[in-house]
Amino acid sequence: MSLTEIESGAVDAGLEPKQEIAGKSPWLLAMRRLRQDKASMISLAVIILLVLAALLAPLISKWTGHPFDIGDRRFGLDRDGLPYGPSGRHWFGTDSLGRDVFIRTLYGARVSLLVGVVATAIATVAGVIVGLLSGYYGGPIDTVLARFIDVVLSFPYLIFAIALVAILGPSLWVTILVIAFFNWAAMARIVRGQTLSLKEKEYVEAARSLGGSDGRIMFVEIMPNVLAPVIVLASLMIPIAIVFEATLSYVGLGIVPPTASWGNMLSDALRTYQVAWWTLVVPAGFLLITTVAFNLLGDGVRDALDPRTERIFAMKRKKDRKAVEKQEADARA
Amino acid sequence: MLRFIIRRLLLAVVVMWLVSTGTFLLFFIAPGNPAKTIAGPKAPPQTVEIVKHRLGLDDPVIVQYGHFLGRLLHGDLGYSFFSNASVGSILAGGLQATISLVLGASVLWLVVGVTVGVLSATRARGVMDRAATVFVLGGISMPTFVLGLTLSFIFFFKFEQWGLPYLQAGGPAPDITTDPAFWLNRMILPWITLATVQAATYSRLTRGSLLDVLGEDYIRTARSKGLTERRVIYRHGLRSALTPVLTQFGVDIGALLGGVVVTEQVFGLQGIGQLTLQASTNGDLPVIIGVVLLVAAIVTVANLIVDISYSFLDPRVRLS
Repeated sequence: MSLTEIESGAVDAGLEPKQEIAGKSPWLLAMRRLRQDKASMISLAVIILLVLAALLAPLISKWTGHPFDIGDRRFGLDRDGLPYGPSGRHWFGTDSLGRDVFIRTLYGARVSLLVGVVATAIATVAGVIVGLLSGYYGGPIDTVLARFIDVVLSFPYLIFAIALVAILGPSLWVTILVIAFFNWAAMARIVRGQTLSLKEKEYVEAARSLGGSDGRIMFVEIMPNVLAPVIVLASLMIPIAIVFEATLSYVGLGIVPPTASWGNMLSDALRTYQVAWWTLVVPAGFLLITTVAFNLLGDGVRDALDPRTERIFAMKRKKDRKAVEKQEADARA
Repeated sequence: MLRFIIRRLLLAVVVMWLVSTGTFLLFFIAPGNPAKTIAGPKAPPQTVEIVKHRLGLDDPVIVQYGHFLGRLLHGDLGYSFFSNASVGSILAGGLQATISLVLGASVLWLVVGVTVGVLSATRARGVMDRAATVFVLGGISMPTFVLGLTLSFIFFFKFEQWGLPYLQAGGPAPDITTDPAFWLNRMILPWITLATVQAATYSRLTRGSLLDVLGEDYIRTARSKGLTERRVIYRHGLRSALTPVLTQFGVDIGALLGGVVVTEQVFGLQGIGQLTLQASTNGDLPVIIGVVLLVAAIVTVANLIVDISYSFLDPRVRLS
């Protein structure tokens, strides 16, 4: 009789559990902790709303009858050629060419989110691969890669990004690649550090003695264990990438008009904001809300994935439970 | 020690060589024909040929590369395609404005950042800490140009409109020696703009580092000796907590001296960053390449200084 049979026999003998006890993986625990964090949940809701707005932008544009690239011929600009303020027709007013600011802001969200997510994804993949290779192999490969990472990290990236874009010519994909190029190094450094300590662990030794190839050890054994810091950094990289795109577009080296991006809208607003505050406030407000939401969510994810914070969350739960009990007691009284 | 310094120096030379070779290659990746740009859009082909010959663009690549490196070693960065001024003199003018901006702002952000960081670390989870968290979140989420535009809209445009004494928000950075009051007036808004973002990062760094240090054994020893909390934190804790902050400071100063693109552009300071921007919209390759090389040199030297001084500051750093 095997051990499991004895165990199952013991359960049969009248101790049948009422419900199956699910094992709680660290990921599940992290998800539970994240759900308890109010700031993160509000941020997540804001981000979901933004994504929806961005996806539905063409529909909303059609529905309101305002295109993002052509000005309203009759009600876009007043007799002096100045933009109109917010009204029932144009919710957030019009810009210097009589275009609807609300619709352009929604189209801008498409660009910001696309650039933020895609650039971060590319930077993450590149950073993880370089970090794993550098940390795992060590030796001359590590010396070269680690030094290269340091060099990329220490250079003022905006100057180099501008020089690069000036030479390649601005476009959406150049913007994404430039941002990814200046973000992968931070990821690579973190992954390298983790890999350096993980590769000495017994389970890696075990995998190696079972004949696991280097590639398998790196990507199947080590990689899942560096995912937590990678996810945290990636979620904090998205707002950085969004600001970077806005900055590049603002100085005229990112998204090329007439495509709307928050950066080039703000750049246009420079000429009009003294008579039309909404051209500055609306895109700037959206930009700020988006980056704050991503930063808050990123902070929340970091806290949720850090086992050391479990104590704080447990305290919070206890406090919440007490508050509920007190409420119930009050209600009964 | 000497070996360490020599190794770092050699590495710096290698980095500079790689960067200069990289920028040289950019000349060839760049679309368009510089000779044609200089000669003008309607110039006859003969003129373009002459310009091309004068620039040495018809030599073999390897010869051009040799000339390029030779000129660099003499500190000759060539001439702007547009103004015909030497790139060296253009950069020198820009560097002066950038130094004005960065040094003034660095005092501000170091004081604010470290103070906020210490306050929020010593009163962790208190009201000060919460307020500091909001400040940090705002600081890192706010794009620099949004902050700069907002500040100049309120303190320049609106204050002038309301008849209040207002701050200057445009024009090249003036020389401090000619009119210090005017210099101060014009630089305050750019300083605040640049310092806010930096201060947010620094207070986060100080907080984390101080909290780590306060958990160390020697702090418990200091406390059990009966020292006042004040003495424990400021004399024992802060001293080692500030080492990473100072390292970051060195790296940042180096990186920022290479141009603070956005702040300079918003306030029209005509520093290195704004020069880069203008050069890139004009397609002025010699200036772009000059900036890249200058920035690379500044950053490399700054990192060298940080590395070396770090090994003096913290004896635990192995000189490998």
